[in-house]
Amino acid sequence: MATTTAAPKAKIPGGSFLLQERPTSEVFTPEDFDEQHRLIAQTADDFATNEVLPVADRLEHKDWALTRELLKKTADLGLTSVDIPEEYGGAEMDKVSSCILADHMAKYAGFAVSWGGHTGIGTLPIVFFGTEAQKKKYLPRLANGEMIGAYALSEASAGSDALNCRARAQLSPDGKHYVLNGEKMWITNAGFADLFTVFAKVDGEKFTAFLVERTFPGFAIGAEEHKMGIRGSSTCPLILNDCHVPVENLLGEIGKGHVIAFNILNIGRYKLGAMCVGGARTSLDNAISYAKQRKAFGKSIAEFGLIQEKLADMATEIFVGESIVYRTVGMMDVALGEVDKAGANALGEVRKAIEEYAVECSVLKVWGSEMLDHVVDEMVQIYGGYGFVEEYPAERAYRDARVNRIFEGTNEINRLIITGWLLKRAMTGQLPLLPAIKKLMDEVLAGPSLGDGLEGPLAAERTLVANAKKLALFAAGAASQKYMQALVDQQEIMGALADMIMEVYAMESAVLRAQKMLERNGEAASGLAVAMAQVYLAHGMEKIEAAGRKVIAAIAEGDMLRTQMAILRRLGKHEPVNTVALRRQIANRVIESGKYVTA
Amino acid sequence: MKILVCMKQVPQKDAPLKLNESGTWIREDVSYEVNEPDAYALEEALRQKEKHGGEVVVITAGPARSQQVLREALAKGADRAIHLEDPAFVGLDAINTARAFAAAIKDEKFDLIFTGLQSDDYGYAQTGVILAELLGWPHATIIMQIEKADGGIRVKRELEAGYFQFVDMPLPAVLTIQSGINKLRYATLIGIKQAKNKPLRKVALAEVQDALSPNLLKLERLYVPQKTKNTEVLQGSAGEIAKKLTEKLRNEVRVL
Ligand SMILES: Cc1cc2nc3c(=O)[nH]c(=O)nc-3n(C[C@H](O)[C@H](O)[C@H](O)COP(=O)(O)OP(=O)(O)OC[C@H]3O[C@@H](n4cnc5c(N)ncnc54)[C@H](O)[C@@H]3O)c2cc1C
Ligand SMILES: Cc1cc2nc3c(=O)[nH]c(=O)nc-3n(C[C@H](O)[C@H](O)[C@H](O)COP(=O)(O)OP(=O)(O)OC[C@H]3O[C@@H](n4cnc5c(N)ncnc54)[C@H](O)[C@@H]3O)c2cc1C
Repeated sequence: MATTTAAPKAKIPGGSFLLQERPTSEVFTPEDFDEQHRLIAQTADDFATNEVLPVADRLEHKDWALTRELLKKTADLGLTSVDIPEEYGGAEMDKVSSCILADHMAKYAGFAVSWGGHTGIGTLPIVFFGTEAQKKKYLPRLANGEMIGAYALSEASAGSDALNCRARAQLSPDGKHYVLNGEKMWITNAGFADLFTVFAKVDGEKFTAFLVERTFPGFAIGAEEHKMGIRGSSTCPLILNDCHVPVENLLGEIGKGHVIAFNILNIGRYKLGAMCVGGARTSLDNAISYAKQRKAFGKSIAEFGLIQEKLADMATEIFVGESIVYRTVGMMDVALGEVDKAGANALGEVRKAIEEYAVECSVLKVWGSEMLDHVVDEMVQIYGGYGFVEEYPAERAYRDARVNRIFEGTNEINRLIITGWLLKRAMTGQLPLLPAIKKLMDEVLAGPSLGDGLEGPLAAERTLVANAKKLALFAAGAASQKYMQALVDQQEIMGALADMIMEVYAMESAVLRAQKMLERNGEAASGLAVAMAQVYLAHGMEKIEAAGRKVIAAIAEGDMLRTQMAILRRLGKHEPVNTVALRRQIANRVIESGKYVTA
Repeated sequence: MKILVCMKQVPQKDAPLKLNESGTWIREDVSYEVNEPDAYALEEALRQKEKHGGEVVVITAGPARSQQVLREALAKGADRAIHLEDPAFVGLDAINTARAFAAAIKDEKFDLIFTGLQSDDYGYAQTGVILAELLGWPHATIIMQIEKADGGIRVKRELEAGYFQFVDMPLPAVLTIQSGINKLRYATLIGIKQAKNKPLRKVALAEVQDALSPNLLKLERLYVPQKTKNTEVLQGSAGEIAKKLTEKLRNEVRVL
């Protein structure tokens, strides 16, 4: 990976954002992109703008020949092989590059999903779990676009609960094939893909992955789904009817399919977060142009405060989205940089380095998809009546965004992962959460303390983030004290804690990025970033306080409730900032630029 | 064929421009991109190399930020780059820019030098022509097409009103390239990766200083034109009005 002097170097434990304050030097931001990163962004931007957007209507009508043609073009540019090792025909780059691609390709969701499905869940199972022979056979052809990949985990009766699938695999009497039977549902790219990673249970018990080619006997594709959105992507069921898969196409180990499923989804999540940011940026840019030219009451609607407020919020959310996405993959790249690529278990180490950030990846997925939904909702509103009709881009963007909260693990499942994973790490002592909670409990019981205010740039904002962390820890501590291990059954509380954790990560990442810009470029050049961080903090703190109240009210009553609420109020105390003025400032800047900018 | 392509970094076409404090140029904090005709010049050079072999070298004169255009060119397939690096190259007149280029390449032997037809910022359309004069080479401008021919090249120039001119010329020569003559390629991921390891020679202002004379260009004042509205009712018969109107459109508004 190309590192700049400002890019972080030290490996950071996953989930530790909840416990420690990071110096800006340890946080990767889009301002740390090097020349290579910028060039990748430019190629992806230009490709999506010049090659994909002009033919979006044909893709919406499921012209899969055109999709294949475009995928081939992306392959010719190397855009399909950023995560494929060089020895198998790939470009093998850092995860920041990989996310930049996902981010900037996501201008038209229909194609972005086809491309993302192919390069992500369609290709990565082989990259991470394939044998040498499987990699040699398939990766070069997936890289050059000759073959398109897909991933078949879900079934009609087992989506979130995919490990509970019904598809079965039986070894043939001659020991040469596995015979697969069953059906898969909602498989992206199925209409035109050549190679499918299919999950089935060997002997009806052992959850296992197989590499299934479209041409294998007994393999069939069902009809296209009629979808609410991403209509420019193919989604069909698979029908496996005595489908013969050669034994050498078993992927990974028998009974270890869940390792593949979990890891691939985890990777899918951070990329999905990046794509949501890219989609939101495109929507904001459209909304800005529209608002500038739409006249009402003798003015451009971009001059109205209530429209400016929307544009400012959209820009702010994109800024925060970029901050969490690139901070996360920046950490991954540092961890991956420590892996001995020549070592015996290099791939296992690579997977571990990515898995380390499972919580952050789930945050990107949930936060990113909900952010995008908010952005496209406001976009429709800015377009008024034109937002509701197909001739304008808002209507499609609105429909396309929705699926992101459903696939790659629903947002409910991912919320449970966020809190559950952190609790597990706390229990096993991998993350010193419990001592931190205990210290905090002692501190709050000791009563109000003066002067643990921070100093230096953005001191007030950093103090607010520090308090947000305390609120999250306090709520988590109180909840786990009450329910102990049984907390996992209290889904609403798990969810509220996940909301607090997500907001902490989002708020802190925004502040650290603004701070880094401030330190590097001075006040004049970082005013917009600081304003966006401030607006976001106000919003994030409200969400955290509300979630905290919900948790405390659910677990305490009487005097205990009053005491704990008093602690919540004390921890959440802060002087409100003038978000009206800040939003106007942000809006004016993006309106003047005609597009999303950060300075 | 060994081809040098002169490339300039200019403010992005759709970037909102703000005047600097002294009102003599725009503020530095805008987004920049490759000057459009230069991008076509590079593309043409890469195509010539693909056809006939050889080397494509890119050169720019500008501050540190302008290295970006060189990296982009390297990622698209140029073999090496030369960066005349100094903020003083911003706003330098065409003759001194050409002198700086000539000095920086004095030890090189190119068959062809391409520049864009003109730059999107100052728009002199002179740098290439002056460079040819300094080198003592022939030149041709507004080039649409280049074919190798016996003992040299045959180029197609765009003239006005849909006319073209074909010129046979010997090598070495300088050509200024028109926008839109080919389809620009994208930088591939492999290209981007390889660009990092391609040679980029930096040339300081001091190294070419002897070849330069004082900058002849001085911008006194730059301002945004005031929007004005002017209504005039033309009097007379329909024929007279039509005549007056065409006259105005031709001579005052100059749209005919
Ligand atoms: C356009 C599209 C493309 C897709 N592409 C693919 C693909 O390429 N490959 C693939 O394998 N799959 C794919 N899927 C399937 C997708 O991953 C599933 O739809 C998703 O995992 C949800 O599963 P489900 O639809 O069965 O919903 P269910 O699991 O039935 O969930 C229904 C609701 O219940 C909630 N829920 C479920 N379990 C719990 C729980 N334990 N606690 C709390 N709430 C719970 C969910 O959050 C959800 O709100 C795709 C889906 C769509 C729509
Ligand atoms: C399905 C559908 C059915 C309809 N049926 C009818 C019908 O039967 N009869 C009929 O007459 N009309 C109908 N309409 C039109 C509908 O009433 C208008 O779309 C609506 O009033 C908004 O006007 P607009 O689309 O011009 O948006 P605009 O007025 O352009 O508004 C665009 C955005 O700017 C905001 N905005 C505008 N002015 C201001 C301001 N002063 N301050 C702050 N913000 C402002 C708006 O809130 C909106 O967010 C229908 C529309 C739809 C989509």
